[in-house]
Amino acid sequence: MRGRLFLALGLLALFGAGCRQAEAGAPVIAIEIEHSRFDPAAIRVEAGSTVTFVVHNGDPIAHEFLIGDAAAQRRHETGTEPEHGARPGELSIPPGETRITSYTFPSDGRLLVGCHLPRHYDYGMRGTITIR
Amino acid sequence: MVEGEVLLQLGGTDEPERAFGALKHIHLLSIDRGGRKFKPGEQSGGRAHLRGVNLKPQGGVMRTVRALVAGIIVTLLAAQPALACGGLVAPDGAVNLGRTTTLAAYHEGVEHYVTSFEFSGGGSEFGSIVPLPGVPTDVVKGGDWTLQRLILETQPVERTSLFNAVAEDAPAGQSATVLQEHKVKALDITILEGGGDAVGRWAGEHGFQLSPDAPEVLDFYASRSPIFMAVRFNLDRARKLGVDLGDGTPIHLSIPTPNPWVPLRILGLGAGPRERIEADVFLLTDERPNLLPLPGFAKALKLDYSEAASDLLLADLRSDKGMKWMPKSDMWLSKIVVDGTASELSHDLAIDPTGRVTPSAVAAGLLDVIPELPPVGDETQQWWAWTIVLMLGAVVWRLANRFIGSAS
Repeated sequence: MRGRLFLALGLLALFGAGCRQAEAGAPVIAIEIEHSRFDPAAIRVEAGSTVTFVVHNGDPIAHEFLIGDAAAQRRHETGTEPEHGARPGELSIPPGETRITSYTFPSDGRLLVGCHLPRHYDYGMRGTITIR
Repeated sequence: MVEGEVLLQLGGTDEPERAFGALKHIHLLSIDRGGRKFKPGEQSGGRAHLRGVNLKPQGGVMRTVRALVAGIIVTLLAAQPALACGGLVAPDGAVNLGRTTTLAAYHEGVEHYVTSFEFSGGGSEFGSIVPLPGVPTDVVKGGDWTLQRLILETQPVERTSLFNAVAEDAPAGQSATVLQEHKVKALDITILEGGGDAVGRWAGEHGFQLSPDAPEVLDFYASRSPIFMAVRFNLDRARKLGVDLGDGTPIHLSIPTPNPWVPLRILGLGAGPRERIEADVFLLTDERPNLLPLPGFAKALKLDYSEAASDLLLADLRSDKGMKWMPKSDMWLSKIVVDGTASELSHDLAIDPTGRVTPSAVAAGLLDVIPELPPVGDETQQWWAWTIVLMLGAVVWRLANRFIGSAS
């Protein structure tokens, strides 16, 4: 676990702009998952930017990191895809693992991020992405 | 054998592959079916109801007496609520809550924990993880009528209707250590030692599908006691043993511990914050015990019965399998009724069996484990001391607000 954390930190250093807190316009944002919560849960990004998310799952259970609007979140909630990772902004993260995805944001609006494994979203595994 | 049987009816199980089994207890965690991701709507909720009881009389005079006692109990319990059922986490994560019945008896430094696991059918497997206050020295099949007899004792109104351990080396890293493995009828029981993360990983690697609140709840328990019991229903063995739908298997653990406590927060595992949790906890102690939190002050707890145990009750209990450890007289029987929302049940029940001191707030889950002071200079120790004082102050303030809130 500690080794994986170092790996995540190393990845952050590799991208050259690692930060614990979400910053506007930051090309890389580190997300920590613990006790089935995203930290940070509120993220701000620059319009039109491509952001790389380095997501570490510190829990002993699997989680997801799925970016999308409310309609997309609803689709995921009722969907049956067992794994995510092929599309930008979508990750399945096994326990203790770190996964990376990049997402290009539109010019404005507000997106959501969530985990849609059974009951996770209702439990509070959700966050907001504000585009400005 | 006298066992209250509970039939869990599950809707939406017309398709064979969607039928699933359940091991019902304090809380239940589904076993992953081949790693498939289940989504809401695949499995509807269930409901529990009493199906009836069985009696298997034994030979001999003593056995006849036992059978007679059992028969009376069976008759009197014909309309009793379901025994030892609990939250059920279905593959879609839905939770169906029933009522749990548990005996925590404390005598000569040993906590005797008796509860029952019930199989409610189907084509898959379910399991349960129970936090324990210490490493058990014995895990055996429980008595046949102990829990039923306790219900009978504390609900006299109802009488009007009629009168081997296998040790394994711990793998490197944060893996949980398997301390013991037991097989009791169709149950596979594993005693684990490890942090919340390690136990959670072990559970996941062994097919348990943990609910999203599990990481926090496992950490909550592991900070006080790193011992857990994982129980799963072995379907193949159940078939060979002829275990029927609704059959219950009582389990009796003997746990040496100076600070007995009963896990309650785990009852709400997988439940929504507003979902109701119901359970009956019987306590048998040498003296009238002190409890923490105080039933009545804690929203979800009520002291429903508190009297000296009658010699007749103790004689009945002693006649059950594995209950010879009980004294013939001078025990105190308490019944704690748990009835509250999952969010209200954020603590456990700590017991001072002597009735002379206040039970441990740490054992009750009201206070975090206080870290040891670092063996360094005075200045740092003062910093730690002030930190601890502030933490204690915050906890006292929070508790006071909670009690004031519950009183109003």
